[in-house]
Amino acid sequence: MTTAIQVRKLTMVQAVTDALKTMLQEDESVIVLGEDVGKNGGVFRATEGLFDQFGEERVIDTPLAESGIVGTSIGLAINGFRPIAEMQFLGFIYPAFNQLMTHATRMRQRTMGRYTVPMVIRAPYGAGVKAPEIHSDSVEALFTQIPGLKVVIPSNAYDAKGLLIASIEDPDPVLFLEPMRSYRSFRTEVPEEKYTVELGKASYQKKGNDVTVLTWGAMVPDTMKAVEDFEKQQSASCEVIDLRTLYPLDKETIQESVEKTGRVVIVHEAPATGGMNAEIISVINDAAFFYLKAPVQKVTGFDTPVPVYSLEKEYLPSREKIIHAINQALSY
Amino acid sequence: MNMLEKFPITQYISEEGKTVHSEATDITADLVKLFYEKMLRARMMDKKCVNLQRQGRIGTYVPYEGQEAAQVGSALAVEKGDWMFPTYRDHAATMTFGHSLRNLLLYWVGRIEGGIPPEGKNIFPPAVPIASQLLHATGVAWAEKKKKTDRVSLVYFGDGATSEGDFHEGLNFASVFKVPVVFFNQNNGYAISVPMEKQMNSKTIAQKGLAYEIPSIRIDGNDIVAVYLETKKAVERARNGEGPTLIEAVTWRYGAHTTADDPSKYRDQAESDQRRTTGDPLLRLEKYMKNEGLWDEEWVTTMENKITNEINTALEEMQNYPDPSIDDVFENVFEKPTWTLDEQLKQHRSIKRGQMS
Repeated sequence: MTTAIQVRKLTMVQAVTDALKTMLQEDESVIVLGEDVGKNGGVFRATEGLFDQFGEERVIDTPLAESGIVGTSIGLAINGFRPIAEMQFLGFIYPAFNQLMTHATRMRQRTMGRYTVPMVIRAPYGAGVKAPEIHSDSVEALFTQIPGLKVVIPSNAYDAKGLLIASIEDPDPVLFLEPMRSYRSFRTEVPEEKYTVELGKASYQKKGNDVTVLTWGAMVPDTMKAVEDFEKQQSASCEVIDLRTLYPLDKETIQESVEKTGRVVIVHEAPATGGMNAEIISVINDAAFFYLKAPVQKVTGFDTPVPVYSLEKEYLPSREKIIHAINQALSY
Repeated sequence: MNMLEKFPITQYISEEGKTVHSEATDITADLVKLFYEKMLRARMMDKKCVNLQRQGRIGTYVPYEGQEAAQVGSALAVEKGDWMFPTYRDHAATMTFGHSLRNLLLYWVGRIEGGIPPEGKNIFPPAVPIASQLLHATGVAWAEKKKKTDRVSLVYFGDGATSEGDFHEGLNFASVFKVPVVFFNQNNGYAISVPMEKQMNSKTIAQKGLAYEIPSIRIDGNDIVAVYLETKKAVERARNGEGPTLIEAVTWRYGAHTTADDPSKYRDQAESDQRRTTGDPLLRLEKYMKNEGLWDEEWVTTMENKITNEINTALEEMQNYPDPSIDDVFENVFEKPTWTLDEQLKQHRSIKRGQMS
């Protein structure tokens, strides 16, 4: 009898739980804290079962105070723990912005490495689940501008587990954003054992020759569907890349693909102005400008607050908009 | 309920230097002399820094003159292994707890090294965003509790800080998780230009602990015996697993908020001048020492000379410190610099070299 690697098909939220459980088991210094993460198992059940298994000293229901959660996590991290703090929604993180911006990400520099902050902040984000107001923000670019912070976004269960474990093991603060629309919408194979997915590395979702489509989070499955529809009608082939880490970007993969195709579409649901599309265009400008055959196309949310849910479908990049942008890139 | 009656200002030594509290006798002659020496050292350092700033030899400086008893007395109440969380006005506390004078001076000339405590001393770099450090103190102390040690956090903040959300979140977290932290408030009456009565409708800061079921006390912050003994009690409570304490030390800053502002714009500085003759923490201890037969002019002169030498040595060390390097800025953003940092530093260096040749 051989022992095969145990692989299960998990949803993304199950993979998050699996990663947390793996690290709580492996490393005594890992603790999970946040609002309703204990007995209730989190509002999305991302921490389900962890309270029962690891107890209230390690899976901690905190008072309802985001700045308090992040601020005390900084202290815990500096004094020997690896806190994984949950923000119930990314739209609720704003009270903690000061702690993140002025302390978590600066402590290493301010003390030249004497004090470091190995913490992870997890937050579900993005629109498309008919959530109430403020629950659907996709403001990743607010955080990629913070020096000293890595910003990681998985698009599927396999990556969620591997990236989250890599984030927990990272010696510096990581913001780990979980696209809530993809939490339960599909499953992927996830090994039972511990593994990591390297931060700062993009992944090819699909190889192609004529146009590069760069995206992340919940836009990855949407983009894949749009590309599939597009390729049924057209002879051109698309290369789809899931960036997975927004800081630091995987410049090499972007460069490699753009040098091959010369045409680029960026898809993200965050607002356009100052969004990651601009940073990616800047990277392409530096790394592959002379390979471009067409202006870089972008499909983004609007420069409006994310609308309440009766209008969120109109806000989110649609299949039509993605296909339109691909055509624009190809026909230039 | 009258909060001024509920939280009277606890005093051990009166302005006239007389014992007014039964426990004041717990203080030994050696400890009294230590109090005086450390306060004198703090005051001399502060005066030196203000002068250095006026001569343009250090940058904008934050003076604490008048608050020496609050800072020195509380800092002497914690031990090695405990944690200290200062603001930018608390270098009398950090230097008493063991920070190096050289690094303190480096801080005021805009050097990163200024934020680093000596090896073995747990001192955070000064918190600039108001009240943010209360959460770090709570988190660090929470970690000590989880590790089952008896170490505690001592965190400083001013009267204005009690208006911030992080003050309330810090007290609440510490109370809920029964964390070994001492919240040491220095109520010097003003948050830059805004006086306490405009800052809050509360009559005291101590009463804010009531909401969180945190034992709170209001003390005379210019009475070092009161500060030391009451902080000691709070520290012992924390060590014994009895949770946080809020101390409101009522004090006064004689000078400006920083060397960049002019206090006469928002208050009558005659009050400060008058307080120098009546409420001064060093003067009070001097009177006490004279009353107790502990005062010795020769000893004071010896101390002054010793401290002058120490400060001058630190100043020399600061001035002779190796030039700052931009590499330190890049190397300490992450454990391992990212490619954007590598590229930026490389480009910066090559252009800098080109310009210099």
